[in-house]
Amino acid sequence: MNTLQNKRHNQFGIILIVLTITVAVLGSIQPVRAEYGDLVLNEIAEKEGMPPAIFPHWFHRIRFRCKVCHADLGFKFKAGGSGINMLKIIDGEYCGACHNGEIAWSVENCNLCHSGKEGLKTQVHGSTLNKLVVPAKAKKKAKK
Amino acid sequence: MINFNNFKNRFVLILVISMATAMISNGVYAESPNTFNRLMKKKPEHNLPPVKDGIHDPEGEGTLVLQPPKEAFSNLVKSKAGNYVDWVKSLKQGKISPRYDRLDPKAKPIIMDLNIVREVKGSMPDVVYPHAQHTEWLDCSNCHPAIFIPQKGANQISMASILLGQKCGVCHGKVAFPVTAKTCRTCHSKPKKKRKVVKTKAKK
Repeated sequence: MNTLQNKRHNQFGIILIVLTITVAVLGSIQPVRAEYGDLVLNEIAEKEGMPPAIFPHWFHRIRFRCKVCHADLGFKFKAGGSGINMLKIIDGEYCGACHNGEIAWSVENCNLCHSGKEGLKTQVHGSTLNKLVVPAKAKKKAKK
Repeated sequence: MINFNNFKNRFVLILVISMATAMISNGVYAESPNTFNRLMKKKPEHNLPPVKDGIHDPEGEGTLVLQPPKEAFSNLVKSKAGNYVDWVKSLKQGKISPRYDRLDPKAKPIIMDLNIVREVKGSMPDVVYPHAQHTEWLDCSNCHPAIFIPQKGANQISMASILLGQKCGVCHGKVAFPVTAKTCRTCHSKPKKKRKVVKTKAKK
């Protein structure tokens, strides 16, 4: 009788653990609620073993007008469209024009930019394209 | 009384509790096939800190150091969409003073005060495009001539192309104020001229 009870207790424990994990996993699936205009940049980051970089537009536009980056520094109006890599940054191009320890913190703070979740695609968060009920990409595919 | 020492009863109790927790935490509870506004995306909470925003790694060392947007926006002028900040008013009222030059904090923008009125089809009010607010932030070369040819009548613009990220949509709908039902009248702001009703007298 004792052994039978122990067995049941064990089964009970296993079921409990499985259920707890299920609940935890389901509960952790949350919609993305990042700031409007936040960029995820993952053209090369994850391929090279680093988490995606995240660029908060809102933080930067409090400090600089659009013109500084998009006219003077040559950033394109397209997420991932400027072909930025770490070599260019340490040579003072793009992000490196300010993130050089003089105007803003320098590149050794890897994880301040490379702070994205695994597997995120390059995107502008909150863009109108993402909000359409029928995503624009699906429309294009349907036409083909 | 239900005996919770009984394996079956305990199992059922745990099952019920965990199912309920899972349902409540996921909003599955309300997922009937005939929900109200089936296709409308739920209005998410806004201005969440990086740890909760869904794109930052919540366990990343850097994530905790980053500034939560709510803190930064606390003294800015509010709006109804996007970052929920009216950036143009915040700038005008001096709540923010973004640099026009990377190094020189005193550099001032060259403002061009010229409104372009675009007459639009349909019942929507005409569009007034103010150069002034745009040149506060941008350089002429940001838009001309790649996005807009600087010549009257040379630019075909439609809401469809804007929604797909062309023309005004290069910025609006991504970073500058978004294209939502709450923001239509920011651009469509000039009431149409009333059509003159020409009365012709009937000849006697």
